[in-house]
Amino acid sequence: MKAFRVTLATCAAALLLGPLSPTAQAGEATPMAENPAVEARLIAISEELRCLVCQNESLAGSRAELAEDLRREVRKLIQDGKTDPEIKDYLVARYGDFVLYRPPVKPTTWLLWFGPFGLMAGAVIGLILYLRRRATRVEPARLSAADRASAEALLADTPPRPKDPA
Amino acid sequence: MKRFLIPLGLFLTLVVFLAIGLNRDPHEVPSPLVGKPAPAFSLEKLAEPGKTFSPADMQGQVWLLNVWASWCVSCRAEHPLLVAFSKQGGLPIVGLNYKEVRGDGGIDAKKLSPADETSLTRQRAGAWLSQHGDPYTLSVLDMDGRVGIDYGVYGVPETYLIDKKGVIRFKQIGPITPEALEKKILPLARQLAAES
Repeated sequence: MKAFRVTLATCAAALLLGPLSPTAQAGEATPMAENPAVEARLIAISEELRCLVCQNESLAGSRAELAEDLRREVRKLIQDGKTDPEIKDYLVARYGDFVLYRPPVKPTTWLLWFGPFGLMAGAVIGLILYLRRRATRVEPARLSAADRASAEALLADTPPRPKDPA
Repeated sequence: MKRFLIPLGLFLTLVVFLAIGLNRDPHEVPSPLVGKPAPAFSLEKLAEPGKTFSPADMQGQVWLLNVWASWCVSCRAEHPLLVAFSKQGGLPIVGLNYKEVRGDGGIDAKKLSPADETSLTRQRAGAWLSQHGDPYTLSVLDMDGRVGIDYGVYGVPETYLIDKKGVIRFKQIGPITPEALEKKILPLARQLAAES
């Protein structure tokens, strides 16, 4: 909730400051401190995006050169007044869904999103079926009359167990 | 017996999935641009300063767009294949010289003026082509990598096969191998050449 409020605040700030900020010069990264609102939004967006060169790093954290270039592009898009979804679409159009750390829910990703729940449901159903079957299968062993007689004969033959010395 | 078959089956399924996963290259990210029109650009040619090239100039031809740079080691590995291929005259190859100066870690491009960067780019790219052979119909200079971003370039070399209508039909990520050329690029190019 707090994070949401912070994003909202930076968005509002970016909207207010957007038209005032100078457009980025091509090829020249604006220094970090120039516009803190833009930088905050840049970090918020790029943490959700994957760096394609070092794939386990976010665009915010990567020191790869391409990540630097893409941060420059994202910064420019923010300054142009683009919304977060528009900026993400810009990158997805070029690099595919792979750049998103949060894959979109669509038919090709249904297995990814709902597969684990399906597996869990399957496991729970399997467990219930197994427990039910086991409950009906385990029943006290029945002794036939002959078995009972031989057991009694054995018991009668056995001398009482000596008492424990302790 | 069934007791053992079920876990064994599950285990084998897992092994198959892991084997598939291990044999895929995580760096080969399928491009969303395949099947889409090649992004437009207008960049200065390497050989003719002041003159620009844009993909629209290739309308009506099947062609390759090959992303390269002199600092790119894999490009050098790929290069003899491109040179040999260009001698057969199969397809026009346009070279996109990608961040020739900025991509080289050894140079601090921020200290160069734009004019110096352009002349250094021409000098380095030209020297590399005269040393290793020039398979390109022409090369264009993408000094800041902007066009590279539009094409989804994330590792050099990359090659795009573009059809007569200017639609990207295939993308090779990494160097073109003889197998990729024979089995994928050439058959597809022949098929595209037959299209009206």
